[in-house]
Order: sequence, then C-alpha cells, then structure tokens
Amino acid sequence: MSITPASNEDDDHSGIGMSRVRIDRELKSVISDVLGIDPEQAAEFTPETGLFGHLPELDSMAVAGLLTEMEDRLDIVIDDDDVDGEMLETYGGLLSFAEAKIIEG
Amino acid sequence: MIGNWQAPLADGSKSEELLVSFDEDRRTRLLVLPAWFDEANKLRRFTVEVMRRLDGAGLDSFLPDIPGCNESLAPLDDQTMESWREAADAAAKTFAATHVLSIRAGALIAPQELSGWRYAPQSGRKQLRSMIRARTIAAREQGLQETSEELSQQGRRDGLTLGGWDIGPSMFQQLERAETEPSDTQVEIAQSTVGGPGLWLRAEPDENPEQADALAAIVALAMSDRT
Repeated sequence: MSITPASNEDDDHSGIGMSRVRIDRELKSVISDVLGIDPEQAAEFTPETGLFGHLPELDSMAVAGLLTEMEDRLDIVIDDDDVDGEMLETYGGLLSFAEAKIIEG
Repeated sequence: MIGNWQAPLADGSKSEELLVSFDEDRRTRLLVLPAWFDEANKLRRFTVEVMRRLDGAGLDSFLPDIPGCNESLAPLDDQTMESWREAADAAAKTFAATHVLSIRAGALIAPQELSGWRYAPQSGRKQLRSMIRARTIAAREQGLQETSEELSQQGRRDGLTLGGWDIGPSMFQQLERAETEPSDTQVEIAQSTVGGPGLWLRAEPDENPEQADALAAIVALAMSDRT
C-alpha cells in the first residue's frame, strides 16, 4: 500500500549481508514491538521522526530493551559509548547507526 | 483464587507469600513460574490470563510469589538463584504440581524433575545486560557517567540496584552465568509459535488475548494428548 516507488533492492538475493531495505524493515519492526504500535504506523516513520525525548513511552528502560532487541535481530553488539543522544533522537539517526554497526561488524 | 503460601528463605525461616491459583483438585496441576524484575510487571496480566484459560480447559494452575518478588516483603537483595530454586521446589511440593510452565527467566529456576514448558526462556546474562544498559542510559540523561563495566564490577562486589530492583552480589554473579539447561522434559515455546511481538518488549505493560489464547492452547492440547 506504499505510495513510494518500489525498490529493486531486496536482501533475499544479496550475498553481501543485510541490505538497507532489510535493516529499515527490521528496525521498524523492533520499534513497533516496543511501542506496541501497528507496523503500518511504524512504516510511516521518516528519518526526521522523533524518538527519545519525543515519545513519552520511550524511557531508559524501554530504550535498553530496544537496543538489546536490535542486537538480537540485527546481530550486532552495541557498546556503552555508542549510545548517545544523536543516535536516539530521530529514526534516521538510529537507522544510520544500525547500518554503520552492521558494516563494521 | 487469591491466597498465600509459606516459602522457604535462605536462613531456614519461612516467608508468607501471595499465591494466585485455580485449584479444583483436577488431574493436571501446573506450577507457573513468572518472568523476573521489570518483565514480571509487563507479563503479569498475560500470565494470569493464560491461567484463566487453562482453568477453562480443565487444568489447575498455581502462580506463587517467589521471595523478594511482586508483593513479597522479603528483601530482594537477600535472595540468590539457589534460594529461588529452593522456593520453586518448595512451591512444586506444596501444590503437588504435576507440571511446570515457566515464563522467560523463570525457566532458570524450574524444578528439573517436572515436565512442562518454557515460554520464551531468557538467560540471566541477557536479562542483566538490558537492565544495566537502562541504568547507564538513565545516568547519562542526568549528566552522570557510569559504564557497564564499572557497574558490573560493583554488582559482583556489593550488589547493584537496577531499575529499582536491589540485586545482591551473589545473585548478580549467578545471573551473569545463568543459562537455561537443556531439558528433555520441558519443551521450549518460542514467541514465534505464540505469534506477535513478546509483551516483555513493550515500553508499557499491556495484554494480548490472542497470545494468551495461543499459549494456553499449546499447553492444554499437549495435556489432552497425554491423557
């Protein structure tokens, strides 16, 4: 039902790790699980969508759960030093962080 | 349905603890071991909803407070994994449990001799990691610097308060190593089998009738196969 142009980029045929499309999908899925919102609503997140400090449900305990779930589903390790305000402020920040971690990993 | 039971404490004394039960002296008597710490709150209603459905399916179930948890007056920082295992064993005997259903980290203390199920079992290490992370994030928000490594050292030495839970040094060290033992008799029920996202992930406690239906159906069907 998306009105954005269809992307040819899909991970199922790629041998070079997780594609951006798949990272985006997994990350939105984690956020919708943590916030208890419909996947459709999470699908509408843009890079500018505010997270920590914008969504009252997302307190430190919820953020910790979110990061731990990201580690599991994206197969990354998130260190103390990785966690800063910028990374958590917007959806785009979190997505860039996840992509960087996967490339690094 | 709301009662109490006498749980053993490490010093040999007893502690009166809350018990939620559906007891009609039926053939299957299921001991329910709840999730721990923050997850206990998030899954409390779900856990009782599953028991309600099992009652409807003709199964007895017993959800005891373990010392230091939920409504317990026993100090949490006095508890260890051994004292919790003893409490779970004592609960199994007290209620003459025939089976066990453990939820998340509850699997870590489930009596080995009982057959049953482990719903989405969680290791102590992961449970701890998430709680320590919550604390470092909260500290940073207040302009304090706390690292996971420093906090872990402090936890091993003196114990640590994580998310309002006072975890003693023995419990802390045991949690760091606690993994669910493989079991031939306690079957793992993964969240993917129940369907939908695990309620422990939610930022706020919630409920989900479909998931409660699914978990209760898995247990009830397995029991009807055996009888």
